[in-house]
Amino acid sequence: MKTSPTNEMSEWLNAIGRYLPLRGKMYSEKVMEHFQNPRNVGEIPDADGTGTVGNPVCGDVMRLYIKVKDGIILDAKFKTFGCGAAIATSSMVTEMVKGKSIEEALKISNKAVAEALDGLPPIKMHCSVLAEQALKAAIDDYRKKTMQTDEKTDSNR
Amino acid sequence: MRRIYFDHNATTPLHPQVLETMLPYLKENFGNPSSVHSFGQKTRQAIEQAREIMAKFLNAEKPEEIVFTSGGTEANNFAIKGVAYANRERSNHLITSAIEHHAVLNVCQYLEKQGMNRSSSYQGFQVTYLPVDKYGQINPLNVEKAIRPETILVSIMQANNEVGTIEPISEIGQLLQRINAERRAKSQERIYFHTDAVQTVGKIKVDVQELKVDLLSLSAHKFYGPKGVGALYIRKGTRMHSLFQGGHHERNRRAGTENVAGIIGLAEACKLATLEMDKEREKLLFLRKKLEEGINKTIPYAYLNGHPEERLPNTVNFSFEGLEGESLILSLDFEGIAASTGSACTSGSLEPSHVLLAMGVSGEIAQGSVRFSLGRDNTEGEVDYLISILPKIVERLRSMSPLWEDKIRLRGGQ
Repeated sequence: MKTSPTNEMSEWLNAIGRYLPLRGKMYSEKVMEHFQNPRNVGEIPDADGTGTVGNPVCGDVMRLYIKVKDGIILDAKFKTFGCGAAIATSSMVTEMVKGKSIEEALKISNKAVAEALDGLPPIKMHCSVLAEQALKAAIDDYRKKTMQTDEKTDSNR
Repeated sequence: MRRIYFDHNATTPLHPQVLETMLPYLKENFGNPSSVHSFGQKTRQAIEQAREIMAKFLNAEKPEEIVFTSGGTEANNFAIKGVAYANRERSNHLITSAIEHHAVLNVCQYLEKQGMNRSSSYQGFQVTYLPVDKYGQINPLNVEKAIRPETILVSIMQANNEVGTIEPISEIGQLLQRINAERRAKSQERIYFHTDAVQTVGKIKVDVQELKVDLLSLSAHKFYGPKGVGALYIRKGTRMHSLFQGGHHERNRRAGTENVAGIIGLAEACKLATLEMDKEREKLLFLRKKLEEGINKTIPYAYLNGHPEERLPNTVNFSFEGLEGESLILSLDFEGIAASTGSACTSGSLEPSHVLLAMGVSGEIAQGSVRFSLGRDNTEGEVDYLISILPKIVERLRSMSPLWEDKIRLRGGQ
């Protein structure tokens, strides 16, 4: 049966009714949930790697701590100065890396973090970039530290 | 959940009495004020009456000096572009301040770009952006220093929307009157003076004679009127170009069928402001003081922005060190409290507030600023509630902040 133009019109209007409230919102429910109950907030005093990225003048600074054993990230914590999206992406990235190997963790992209949060507004995408950078900085720091310890162990021999 | 609104500088709720006066013009009195028949004449009369109320409210000499617009942004665009374009053949210099609303700043920046291409027969406009002191105030002496022979217009806001600081408009007006008298003697063209009074109308006295301004912008929804309507006061004899080409509305100065209900609502809001402003100010000053003292007492490393005394009675802007403003706004919203970082129009911008930066506040501290703007329905109990929950929220966000962590460490692990 052919749909009459009026039916199409009413379907279209219904669709707008369904989607507009979602479109109008700045942040997804998931972003707000992670902002309100952020996972893994804090410091790891004996962290194997720490990365701090961002600039307070731009409104975001993230610090990520990781605890690594046998190439696996056992724990991750963060501290963040920033907007709702900055806190939510930090929380999400710490959740995503736990239990992953260093190699797997390096593959986590900013897009993956944003998608895991059901998306971010375009102007806040840089927060997910920052989360990815913080993770990479922490892994870099871990690698530097392990190399130094390896060198030390070598010279002790 | 309890819902409390502390964002009256962004917008205010419509006053029920304003709505009442508007309703007939949304229903039975629908005539086009430009029509000759009685439907049209009825709304025409209502608009002219509204214009008289506005003129009286602002102490304008004649009702014709009031032009209705779609709001503050249009009024500012009209004032600045209108004067600039009408005088561009003789001159090209404008003076404004670094802390203006974007509805002024971006217009000036737009004009600066005009005539920069070689094909234009006009030279581009030049704009001086005056600095402010640490309280956000402009020194009239700086206005005098910035004046050049080519200066056409000075545009300075009456009070700042973010921090509430009130500018010395009548002093600047007096200065310009003196300079214009000297210019007249040398048969030079005069300098026009515009003020953006969007944040002051309804909150403090606004009198165009006392302020000595040629142009003044205002917006209805900032003082319990409807959105989408405002006005520009244009002193008789001011040379202006119109923004729109069209019909002969508003004496050829603003084409387009009038927003009748909006205009009626605007005039009613002005009437109510006249009746209630003094009483309101006392109440707002009391609540403002209570809020400031409450924050100072309960939250360390919180800094009040804006002038300690010469400030709008309803505006409280604080910077909280170690946290970022939006996360504080979101946290407050979870508790039912609406406040804002600097300006609703710039949320979504990553830059720290241009107002706070111009006042010499560091970028990092500026990012942690929050504005509470009170209004006529706020109560002492609501302020108490805010003071009771704010310290916990600030503490939570600081405990998550690496900047705060570093600060504590530097202070020796307190």
